[in-house]
Amino acid sequence: MTANIVLAILVTSLATYISRFLGALTSEKIGETSKIYKWFNCVAYSTLAALISRMLIFPSGDLSDVHYILRIIVILLSILIFYITKRNLVYPTILSAIILATLNSFAV
Amino acid sequence: MINLKYFIKGIVCSKKFDSPAIALGASFIAIGALLKNLGFNIQESIFSTFLTYALPGSLVMAESMLIGASLVNIFLAVWLVNSRLFPMTVSIMPLLKHDSQPRWKYYISCHFVAVSSWLILKSNYEEIDRKYRIDFWIGIGTATWLIAIFSTVLGFYAADFLSKDMIIGLAIVNPIYFMCAMIGVMKTIQLSSAIILGAFLGPIFYFFSPEWSVLLGGLVAGSIAYFIGEVYDS
Repeated sequence: MTANIVLAILVTSLATYISRFLGALTSEKIGETSKIYKWFNCVAYSTLAALISRMLIFPSGDLSDVHYILRIIVILLSILIFYITKRNLVYPTILSAIILATLNSFAV
Repeated sequence: MINLKYFIKGIVCSKKFDSPAIALGASFIAIGALLKNLGFNIQESIFSTFLTYALPGSLVMAESMLIGASLVNIFLAVWLVNSRLFPMTVSIMPLLKHDSQPRWKYYISCHFVAVSSWLILKSNYEEIDRKYRIDFWIGIGTATWLIAIFSTVLGFYAADFLSKDMIIGLAIVNPIYFMCAMIGVMKTIQLSSAIILGAFLGPIFYFFSPEWSVLLGGLVAGSIAYFIGEVYDS
């Protein structure tokens, strides 16, 4: 293993575990029905929604090479498929991959 | 030590037909391929998913390494993008608490907190006896974690056979799945506003600070949603 890569992995995992561990420590004093728990729950859902929409609108990695019009088409189609299939999660997910890969192979 | 019955229940729960494990698997196949292209060997790729097990964090690490960022920069960038795990952990651990259970279970199993395992727990915990919820959670965590590691290996070896368009297709699976899952849980005014506001504020804050956008967007959106819920849900 390359020293640099191993160090980067260790640093990444440490930076990740800190948030999880602090969460476990903080939650020791928080009851399930308390107001602070409700607030944390809202923040958790909002942060996830913020992350997901950022991944779709300002993607990193391979997705950033895809034109934003194509991404918007796939997002809208997926929501449509989700509702048409009575809130099934599998169909929009699998179809989104196929639709995007196909559309992108036609785009230059 | 760990109640086997509930542990297995957790594993089985993660393998349902419409489980988030699908999205998890697809995205870690993409990660495996990405790490290989970045110059990681198979041991390093496994090691990475084994220890980090958080998709956006691995992506940030990969991108930072591409531009030759320092270890301090990698640490900060990963910490910022994965800080969402803090409120996520706080919002499930109280559901798993039981006085008879030892603390180490909570400290170790917090490593399993990730979007997919979190969603599986959130939609299933009510059916589980409170005393054994932590064992159920460890089961979910073990299953999703192993799927992530296995998919990384699969992606690493499939990298040479995957076309660019296929990798792009795999990369969209994760955000699309979780977008639909989020729409699916919008059942109260509080949760709906948390999710809708978060989805708008995250990208808006991106214009001010790409690194802080998720954290700040989530914090502001979540706080507004909390107050909206206090007023309208009760």
